[in-house]
Amino acid sequence: MKILVCISHVPDTTSKINFVDDATAFDKNGVQFIINPNDEFGLTRAIWYQQKQQAEVTVITVGDASCEPTLRKCLAIGANKAIRVDLNPIDGFQVAQQLSAHCKEENYDLIIAGRESIDYNGAMVPGMLSAMMEYNFVTNCMALEIEGNTAKASREIDGGIESVSCQLPLVIGAQKGLVEEKDLIIPNMRGIMQARQKSLTLQPAVDSQIKSSISKFEKPALKGAVKMVDPDQIDQLIDLLHNEAKVI
Amino acid sequence: MGILIYTESENGKFKKSALELASYGRSIADQLEVELIAASFNHSDTKTLGTYGVDRVIQISDPSLENFTAQQYAANLTSVAQENGVKLVVLSSSANAKYLAPLLTVSLSAGYASNVVGLPESLKPLTVKRSCFTNKAFNICVLDNEVNIIGLSNNSFGLRENHKEITTEDKSANNLETDFKVDKIEKTSGQVSIADADVVVSGGRGLKGPENWHLIEELAETLGAATACSKPVSDMGWRPHSEHVGQTGKPVASNLYIAVGISGAIQHLAGINSSKVKVVINNDPEAPFFKAADYGVVGDAFEVVPELIKKLNTFKSS
Ligand SMILES: Cc1cc2nc3c(=O)[nH]c(=O)nc-3n(C[C@H](O)[C@H](O)[C@H](O)COP(=O)(O)OP(=O)(O)OC[C@H]3O[C@@H](n4cnc5c(N)ncnc54)[C@H](O)[C@@H]3O)c2cc1C
Ligand SMILES: Nc1ncnc2c1ncn2[C@@H]1O[C@H](COP(=O)(O)O)[C@@H](O)[C@H]1O
Repeated sequence: MKILVCISHVPDTTSKINFVDDATAFDKNGVQFIINPNDEFGLTRAIWYQQKQQAEVTVITVGDASCEPTLRKCLAIGANKAIRVDLNPIDGFQVAQQLSAHCKEENYDLIIAGRESIDYNGAMVPGMLSAMMEYNFVTNCMALEIEGNTAKASREIDGGIESVSCQLPLVIGAQKGLVEEKDLIIPNMRGIMQARQKSLTLQPAVDSQIKSSISKFEKPALKGAVKMVDPDQIDQLIDLLHNEAKVI
Repeated sequence: MGILIYTESENGKFKKSALELASYGRSIADQLEVELIAASFNHSDTKTLGTYGVDRVIQISDPSLENFTAQQYAANLTSVAQENGVKLVVLSSSANAKYLAPLLTVSLSAGYASNVVGLPESLKPLTVKRSCFTNKAFNICVLDNEVNIIGLSNNSFGLRENHKEITTEDKSANNLETDFKVDKIEKTSGQVSIADADVVVSGGRGLKGPENWHLIEELAETLGAATACSKPVSDMGWRPHSEHVGQTGKPVASNLYIAVGISGAIQHLAGINSSKVKVVINNDPEAPFFKAADYGVVGDAFEVVPELIKKLNTFKSS
């Protein structure tokens, strides 16, 4: 089985979000970058197939050279090889086009992306990629079993869980639940050393289109001060929620 | 021309988000002076949509659409959009809508913005504000394409009545050949889902253990609310993963969010920022959550919550 894991390189979850250049760009100053958490669940599952079902795992990112430490980390976690498509993408459509150009060459059985990235939150790349490839697609994927050519997956829906089955090739949008948190792999020294020997290929970008662009960022409006209610005067809280906030 | 909304229903009734899309779509249709079309699958009571401003409903009923599958639904929406010269499609932020929107983007060769939080700032080129960095920021997104798709954040526009003489037409389904099957749907029965809830009551590690969750459940029941929890609570198996909210869990965009025994870590706040009114109950006056709250009560959850339930019941019966 050939597996591709699409990796988005994102600010650490504790990052303070600030903008520069007249609020047109994210301020990377002092920010740690990590593997997008949803992609990390996906990568961990991919490594499971590598260990249990002899799968070959390739990781890919569309981005500039600053993404390479993140790809090295994926190699240290256990991916067999890494690819960086040399383009600083403007939108998800463009990313999906770059990824599909690569996938058309390689015929992967399973393509794993994250349900959404925690920076742009587009929730669009995996679905677009599946449509461009005309592959089956399951997003919010929280369990995946593959036997032969058949996949059985669970998908989180609003207020429940849905079980689906289909044939490979398949694209999934991974999320929490796909693997257990305790099974996430923290690279050890051996992994880090081995990663240095593994191939990280640079691929030129293909021609692609842009469908959306960001003209500006904004920060949420500052909140007014909190109103404190005495625990012995809960009536007052109900009154505020009813008459002031008008939410009950 | 025309604007198309995808209206979802549940248990034979339109979801509130469908009516919100109608209200939102109406407002844009008025500005552009175009028709507002709704696509509805396997659902016949379409009159309600007219109340919220829809001009025309295209109904597609077919056994192949009985269970939602993104590919089938996207194929049908694509043909509705193409046959009616639709330039703008508006979808909700439900799990299903977010599943199918990117497929539609490719089949309609459209631009797509998800998590849109209000009416467009401009219609030419289409410019919308959307949340990003998991609710820690917004970005202004320009969609300069023939056809565009907006994914509207639930509860970001609200409901506005606007009565229209609605017309209804039936369309036959576009059946795809596919090996994709829905085998089973397990609903967490009788509960409001976090995505659809107006009020969410959430519990953290401060509740000490799963045996105390009746407090959260009773408070939620009194308010007709959904229940949620912080990440460690679901990690420890006190509550199902589906209730985990925050940056790595679900986003919450309810009108009222009540947090009990939750400290207010940045990753938790990221997920609930877009809730309108936040109430925090915590026994530590220094808990960071108070800084993000609208109303706060410093007190022991095991005393404050029962009192709140009691007082709410009195309030409801008065
Ligand atoms: C990569 C990453 C992603 C994460 N994503 C998320 C996420 O999506 N969602 C999330 O929630 N967390 C997330 N976290 C975890 C987050 O950092 C916090 O650890 C977590 O939110 C804390 O949960 P808590 O508030 O329930 O517990 P605690 O921090 O232990 O807080 C418990 C609170 O209860 C109060 N308390 C105790 N007893 C009582 C009482 N009797 N009455 C009233 N109050 C009481 C305490 O004062 C305290 O404030 C993430 C962390 C990381 C590293
Ligand atoms: N630049 C990128 N390179 C590779 N994969 C990406 C990139 N951006 C997004 N993805 C993948 O698509 C998923 C969803 O991203 P998004 O659509 O931006 O929310 C991510 O979790 C990644 O798996």
